Amino acid sequence: MNAMPPLKQRKLSLKERYSHLTRGLGWETTYQPMDKVFPYVSYEGIKIHDWEAWEDPFRLTMDAYWKYQAEKERKLYAVIESFAQNNGHLNITDARYVNALKLFLTGVSPLEYSAHRGYAHVGRHFVGAGPRIACQMQAIDELRHAQTQMHTMSHYNKFFDGLHDARHMHDRVWYLSVPKSFFEDACSAGPFEFLTSISFSFEYVLTNLLFVPFMSGAAYNGDMATVTFGFSAQSDEARHMTLGLEIIKFMLEQDEGNVPIVQRWIDKWFWRGYRLLGLVSMMMDYMLPKRIMSWAEAWEMYFEQAGDALFEDLSRYGIRKPKYHEVASKEKHRLSHEVWSIFYNYTHAAAFHTWLPTEDEMKWLSAKYPDTFDKYYRPRFKCWSEMAAEGKRFYNPTLPQLCTTCQIPMGFTEPDDPTTICFRSAEYKGERYHFCSDGCKDIFCYEPEKYVQSWLPVHQIYMGNCGGAEVKDVLDWYHLNFGVDNFDYEGSPDQKLWDEWQAQKAANPV
Amino acid sequence: MGKVSITLQNTDEGRMLVDAIVADNPAAEVSRMPALTKIDCEDRLSLRRETIEERIGRRYDLQELQLSLISLAGNVEEDDDSFTLAWSRGASPKHS
Ligand SMILES: [Fe+2]
Ligand SMILES: [Fe+2]
Repeated sequence: MNAMPPLKQRKLSLKERYSHLTRGLGWETTYQPMDKVFPYVSYEGIKIHDWEAWEDPFRLTMDAYWKYQAEKERKLYAVIESFAQNNGHLNITDARYVNALKLFLTGVSPLEYSAHRGYAHVGRHFVGAGPRIACQMQAIDELRHAQTQMHTMSHYNKFFDGLHDARHMHDRVWYLSVPKSFFEDACSAGPFEFLTSISFSFEYVLTNLLFVPFMSGAAYNGDMATVTFGFSAQSDEARHMTLGLEIIKFMLEQDEGNVPIVQRWIDKWFWRGYRLLGLVSMMMDYMLPKRIMSWAEAWEMYFEQAGDALFEDLSRYGIRKPKYHEVASKEKHRLSHEVWSIFYNYTHAAAFHTWLPTEDEMKWLSAKYPDTFDKYYRPRFKCWSEMAAEGKRFYNPTLPQLCTTCQIPMGFTEPDDPTTICFRSAEYKGERYHFCSDGCKDIFCYEPEKYVQSWLPVHQIYMGNCGGAEVKDVLDWYHLNFGVDNFDYEGSPDQKLWDEWQAQKAANPV
Repeated sequence: MGKVSITLQNTDEGRMLVDAIVADNPAAEVSRMPALTKIDCEDRLSLRRETIEERIGRRYDLQELQLSLISLAGNVEEDDDSFTLAWSRGASPKHS
């Protein structure tokens, strides 16, 4: 339609507006030397010669930022309200689905808050105005993500168990130390490593694997509220991902000496992020009553294909694919099954319910994992379901050995042998430390002084720091309601309530 | 080279954006999933303000994309009239 009136000429172009926003925001200090004003910017060894060379491709100015963020909030809260008014929780596929939300609220939402703090911190410590503005906008975004997720899921907390004290659980519950320690590792690094870890490795390379299948899964399972907060957050994510790619290219273009440092961070944070996503793999393959795609398919689409294009692009700087990416690809046909099995073992100590997949679900798993599911995992589930039928439901009574780096129980198998548990260990100052993989071992060995300080939940329980010696004492200390929040979905109060609602629905057809 | 990619919400505006992208980038491959649409394209992909305005029937500021975006892959180049994703920034653009 050529009748459209042309944009007013006096308006500044996007590039001009952005340069006005950033102009004069960074300067050489005179009252105090620069290295005292920006104390963290050089110790990591990254050399920056020209901060002005930073380019923000979105060139978002503050007025536009507030305008669009306000609109996103208005849209989101309209959906949250109508979801509550219409009892939207009754429209989900199956109450088992809510367990994915429990994992999200306790494991992921607190990370949004940590991200807020992390970006506020580094936004203060970069010298250039461009990255400082990008980090500060992101700090505000992340706070918004934490708040909107809690608001959205608070509706489910009115009806379902395990959602009542996410922040407290995040700091204490054994498996939640996996996401917590991941983020604390990043936040306690320098500003450049922080951006490489969170903005690049996590947000650019891996976050699609968390948000896209999770939100698409929420839509498919009738949870409109979660879809909406997810997409509201994810619409900021595109900007965050771009920051991740920009910081990497900026460091690589500034000084050749930065290349090996950046490569080592990419290797480390790829592996840290990939291990964390093990939780997402089981969510996708086991916790969604209606499934979108398998973990293996998502890995192929979002890491193998997208990563090929990305690392080919970065190869001109001398950057190669992250170390051990081929191990992650070897593991893609078994990851979710191994992780779900760990949780089935320890369901008595978890803040969400577990179950064995139904026959139909196992059919889906066999089709998605033709080389592994029937051979290794179906027989295991069959055995467990027979034990349960005999009243001998299998629980693992011993606390697991944890990997010192990723803090996940040592349940992963050898890269080339899915029937043998993978154990690695290293000695440091007369103590022996244990790892789930070569990736986790390498990370420890490069910075042992950092990781010997890890707060490992199992060690802490044995040291008497977690409320007492009995499982019940520990769960109390976690603020977990024994017999309500934990154990199988089968027989849980959640299930009882859901079945009552279904019976009512059947009795009063609309 | 590799594919660039953009993922949009399945909203009214999102659907018009998908339409505009397909019109401007004949090589674009569209995959529809619950609540979202992912578009992949070899090497590069552009959104043009004019093409979007024709579909949406009003002026469109490309920064409004912020409201519909879910994810992207590729280097971003944005000005007032177009939003482009491409690999190898600075390499001469091959046009379809
Ligand atoms: Fe976030
Ligand atoms: Fe590990």
